[in-house]
Amino acid sequence: MVYSYYPGCTLKTKAKDLDMYARKSAEALGITLEEIPEWQCCGGVYPQAQDEIATKLSSVRTLNSAKEAGHDLVTVCSACHHVLKRVNDDMANNEYIRTRANNYMELEEPYAGETKILHYLELLRDVVGFDELKKKVVNPLTGKKIAAYYGCLLLRPSGVMGMDDPENPSILEDFIKALGATPVVYPFRNECCGGYVTMQDPSLAQKKSNKVLGSAEAQGAEMVITACPLCMYNLKHNGTEHDLPVVYFTELLAEALGVK
Amino acid sequence: MSMKSNEREEILRMSGVDPTKCMKCGKCSASCPAYDEFDIKPHQFASYIARGDMYELMQSKTIWNCLGCFACVERCPRDVRPGKLIDGVRQAAVRRRGGTHLQPEDIPSRIDPDTPQQLLMSVLRRERK
Repeated sequence: MVYSYYPGCTLKTKAKDLDMYARKSAEALGITLEEIPEWQCCGGVYPQAQDEIATKLSSVRTLNSAKEAGHDLVTVCSACHHVLKRVNDDMANNEYIRTRANNYMELEEPYAGETKILHYLELLRDVVGFDELKKKVVNPLTGKKIAAYYGCLLLRPSGVMGMDDPENPSILEDFIKALGATPVVYPFRNECCGGYVTMQDPSLAQKKSNKVLGSAEAQGAEMVITACPLCMYNLKHNGTEHDLPVVYFTELLAEALGVK
Repeated sequence: MSMKSNEREEILRMSGVDPTKCMKCGKCSASCPAYDEFDIKPHQFASYIARGDMYELMQSKTIWNCLGCFACVERCPRDVRPGKLIDGVRQAAVRRRGGTHLQPEDIPSRIDPDTPQQLLMSVLRRERK
């Protein structure tokens, strides 16, 4: 199985673990991830305004590269996944944006949302299958109580993201179970960590991150997992009142598969 | 056409939202994780825009404190999606002279060795043109 792979800027710098363990685990599972050549940063935030065209083009280039390679596109970072998925939806369903983006791109064949995007978790659930994943685990994380932190960007808006039930998701808990650990369900697992606001007002991000970690801790979690480098940053730096370890989900996967 | 209605039309065009559909159920404000940090609350945005009170919205704390979490977008039963209106007002603000919120020169003192690139990119995309 060969997939186009989009790491994104943070996975090349501050979130190298998220990238490295994704690649090692994919290899162990027999999946080939081919990094898109000369990919550009997605911009981090989906430009919501209808008339924002130029800011969507780097995503269109990535999506079109995967289309030309003839592969589905795999993402890992929650923010990259969110931006690429929503721009792809625009290119498929919004004629105003599609026409203008293609006018800029001047591709031989206009891009109209043909690429299928899979978050790495969807790859595990829908392609590998959690039952098959379970069979490949060599170091089961038995007895470990792990809280899945979804945050915002993987789930919402669910009409476009389509990953899981936005209010009561299960993909990360099913992932944790496949690795042999025990998922901890807690109320703030899909509430915001404070996001971008930490740059202008860290005190606001502290309130939000402390609520998330406090909620996980109250339910008995020993560890929190995330797919997002900004959630990781906020929970670690702004979750000032708690000591819960926070790790990337790919690191946990690599550990269970014996490739860490 | 007055300046006031120009700005209103700009925000409606950018957001693609019809604020007159709002039935004031308050689900957006009840869902909002940054409610306490807003001077104008999510459910009030639709009324301000319907009335054309654009200056108040563009001067509000709300447009900078919105976390962009899409909780109100997900939960709005009338497809008004206040987060899209808040984003539209912020865009309208940064597209005007002097509207940039965090200047690039403000940023070095706010970063530390673990600051992810994603945060820098996101802030610059959200808050300046």
